Amino acid sequence: MHASRAVVDEPAHQDPALLHHFATKGQQKNAASLGMWVFLAQEVMFFGGLFCAYLVYRYKYFGDFGSASQQLDIRLGATNTVVLICSSLTVVLAIRAVQLGKRRELVFWLLATILLGLAFLGIKADEYAEKFEKHHVPGAGFSYHELLPGQAKLPEAERQYANPHHAEMFFSLYFAMTGMHALHMIVGVGLFGFLAYMAWRGKYTPDYYTPIENAGLYWHFVDVVWIYLFGLLYLIDRHR
Amino acid sequence: MSDNASEHISSLGSALGIWLALLAGTTLTVAAAFIDLGPFNTVVALTIATVKATLVVLFYMHVKYTHEKLTGLVIVGALFFLFILLALSMADYTTRLWR
Repeated sequence: MHASRAVVDEPAHQDPALLHHFATKGQQKNAASLGMWVFLAQEVMFFGGLFCAYLVYRYKYFGDFGSASQQLDIRLGATNTVVLICSSLTVVLAIRAVQLGKRRELVFWLLATILLGLAFLGIKADEYAEKFEKHHVPGAGFSYHELLPGQAKLPEAERQYANPHHAEMFFSLYFAMTGMHALHMIVGVGLFGFLAYMAWRGKYTPDYYTPIENAGLYWHFVDVVWIYLFGLLYLIDRHR
Repeated sequence: MSDNASEHISSLGSALGIWLALLAGTTLTVAAAFIDLGPFNTVVALTIATVKATLVVLFYMHVKYTHEKLTGLVIVGALFFLFILLALSMADYTTRLWR
């Protein structure tokens, strides 16, 4: 009884950073974090649909997908993986900086994250440009004349070529999946640009940095998606 | 106040340690991709990817240090429904023997 009355009598303005419908700052922070995780769960299902489509067609057009996968540049893919891992580190360092109340350091690591994000997108754009040059972009201009995996060892007359329609499906999924991932990266870079501006103005303190933390969760999630994209699109047909 | 118990400041050492582990994992998975392991190439690539993803989620996304049990529920829920999506779809598509 007493406890509930105490809440009603409490002055509402004791801490401007604490919204009135939360009991404590810890609760307020946990609620924001939980909301972000629910959003990420939705993102898992969103990308899950694309991964499922990839699995179904990979199973159906196994050799043709292998052939098309070998057309991707593994060096650029691996470089981009490293760039994203480094950007995840800069996000962790940004959160550490704001927790320790170091404003300049925070802005520095946020800008470093943006730079690495842009580097990723630049390398991706270069890869896309190569696909256009080789006519590996699905659509009217698509053309594909490559061997199935492992056929190069055989005498020329016996070699088998991949079905171009099936390879086109690989590239459709490649562009859908990496394109959707790149779109998330673009959103992330914009988000971090906004955060860097607000951080520079001194909005975030060790007491309040929820936007930085949640943007960090988003960025790490996009990194995790790429880890799987790199494995499935670039890596699994290299040995043949 | 026990409020601040949920706030974990990651040490520089652990942040860099996870970063090095992720880079090592990337090197390992690229190297393993060129060795012919038959059907196990896919298994190895996905296993290394899952280890890397787990490191990111546990340490960089602070799941290991959170006191909020609901976060765990959301993550397990997301993975469970992803499993249903992939497993039931593949159970269908891989058993269409009449086609």
